[in-house]
Amino acid sequence: MLEVDIKHRLADFALDIHFHAGRGLTALFGRSGAGKTSVVNAIAGLLRPRRGRIAMDGSVLLDTERAIWVPTHRRRVGCIFQEGRLFPHLTVRQNLLFGRWFAPARERRVTNLDDVVDLLGIATLLDRRPGRLSGGEKQRVAIGRALLANPSVLLLDEPLASLDAPRKSEILYYVERLRDDVRIPIVYVSHSLDEVVRLADAIVLLSEGRVLGTGPVREMMSRVELRPYLGRHEGGAVIEARVAAQDLESGLASLEFDGGTLEIPDVEALVGEQVRVRVRARDVSIALQRPAAVSIRNVLAGTIVKLDREDGPSLDVQLEAGGTLLIARITRKSADDLALRPGLPVFALIKAVSIDRRSVGYA
Amino acid sequence: MVLSHRPALSKLYSDSCDRRVSLMLEFSAAEIEAVRLSLRIAFWAMVGSLPFGLATAMILARGRFYGKSLLDGVVHLPLVMPPVVTGYLLLLLFGRNGPLGRFLDESFGIVFAFRWTGAALACAVMGFPLLVRAIRLSLEAVDRRLEEAAGALGARRIFVFVIVTLPLITPGIVAGMVLSFARSLGEFGATITFVSNIPGETRTTASAIYTLTQTPGGDVGALRLTLVSIALSFVALLAADLLARRLGRRLSGD
Repeated sequence: MLEVDIKHRLADFALDIHFHAGRGLTALFGRSGAGKTSVVNAIAGLLRPRRGRIAMDGSVLLDTERAIWVPTHRRRVGCIFQEGRLFPHLTVRQNLLFGRWFAPARERRVTNLDDVVDLLGIATLLDRRPGRLSGGEKQRVAIGRALLANPSVLLLDEPLASLDAPRKSEILYYVERLRDDVRIPIVYVSHSLDEVVRLADAIVLLSEGRVLGTGPVREMMSRVELRPYLGRHEGGAVIEARVAAQDLESGLASLEFDGGTLEIPDVEALVGEQVRVRVRARDVSIALQRPAAVSIRNVLAGTIVKLDREDGPSLDVQLEAGGTLLIARITRKSADDLALRPGLPVFALIKAVSIDRRSVGYA
Repeated sequence: MVLSHRPALSKLYSDSCDRRVSLMLEFSAAEIEAVRLSLRIAFWAMVGSLPFGLATAMILARGRFYGKSLLDGVVHLPLVMPPVVTGYLLLLLFGRNGPLGRFLDESFGIVFAFRWTGAALACAVMGFPLLVRAIRLSLEAVDRRLEEAAGALGARRIFVFVIVTLPLITPGIVAGMVLSFARSLGEFGATITFVSNIPGETRTTASAIYTLTQTPGGDVGALRLTLVSIALSFVALLAADLLARRLGRRLSGD
């Protein structure tokens, strides 16, 4: 368990951050300039907050009241930065083993080089120097290097930001494996909702140096007051589902969840696997009757829970399908024309093609 | 008539040509001495000033303190002052009766005045700005985030410096050393002012050339040493270029 409670003065605003991160992946989410990197740097010991306390599994890394300050090299934080930051004069192997030179002797063998090399698929790169590696390869080596230092927490500061789309999905896959394999807290900094929804167990939402909310992904995504910060057009519900079938001929996967079945194209998961699907609110329509002769493949029966009226021409309708919350963003005029109100049984319509590959991740 | 004299004239000419060539290659013991002394002085000036140069470059590149630009100015002074002034200041400070000279003599038995060590000191001071500048530039080019990454991997500061920073600035260090060495080979004004021009002790190539040009019939010797000087400087620069390129390749990952 990682506990962070810090106050610091930055150039543009004051940083006042308080959150806990348990096992699994906690995303620090916010726009650029929200103070995410400063928080990570404070955890790593690269930034010294004016006041506050940071503790990892009960061992205190920073406590300004008790004048405790553990320097970076004794914190055992595994950092993975945006640019990789591999040592250009060392080979990949030497980069990977860098942390081991400084680890206490008894911890040296905990993480096995071969295991990490296998996990990340970098066996063929070992004798090369970083200068010739692609962006994705560099990031994989950087992840391996952090793991081999036997950290007690992993910090990933926008590890995908400098990669192109194919490399992004390549590294996302490894981060997912990491999340499921390692038993330490992972703090993942990002300003991309796609990444966060796909990877995170919990979200810490930051804005201008403050925490606006923390909680599990599904809960956070459905909190209306956070919608402006999570991206008005990107917001929506997150559905945890199981792959029931993969139809190779049509390219559609059937995903079962407690509210029914979703048909979605291009799901890279095997039958039986758990996935997490983000359904953007603007991609959900509402009908009072089950439509016939329509191209929309996903029609889910549900009940309206709440209408979130706000200024402007549109509003959010929260509805429940089985035990799962869905959000539909429609015009206020449509809501009035259909006389939508809480308790009304409706049908949620979701175009299959509106849910792209980036919206689906392993749960 | 005229034609019959031609072979003889030509023979005379070629004889004198041979003699000149052989004269060109016949180094006197004093000249060889001067070249060897120059190389020794330049070498020790370079090696001796390296730790101080590295430290000064670190302070200038990384330090934040009051009076930094003053230190920067002092380091660069030998570059802009007349070398005679530098030599005279060294004489005042490190001469037998100078405050530092007396202290070093009485405490450690180190004497600079009118010794080859003094010539090395003068060369070190003259080459110091070039050395510091080259190292400082390469230090400023080091991505400090690499050092942070090394720290996060558990390396304390001294190890970060030795394992990460030092290898990354090696091209700069090499460049600085070569510049300092080459500057020492050419150093004249400060050396002759500080330690005079004593054959076998402080008569470097440069002062030997100067002496020969002031001596009747010394022009051939002066020319010989001039050619040697050019060759040495050229070799030093070529070697530096080669080394820098090889190190650069290593860093870029080829």
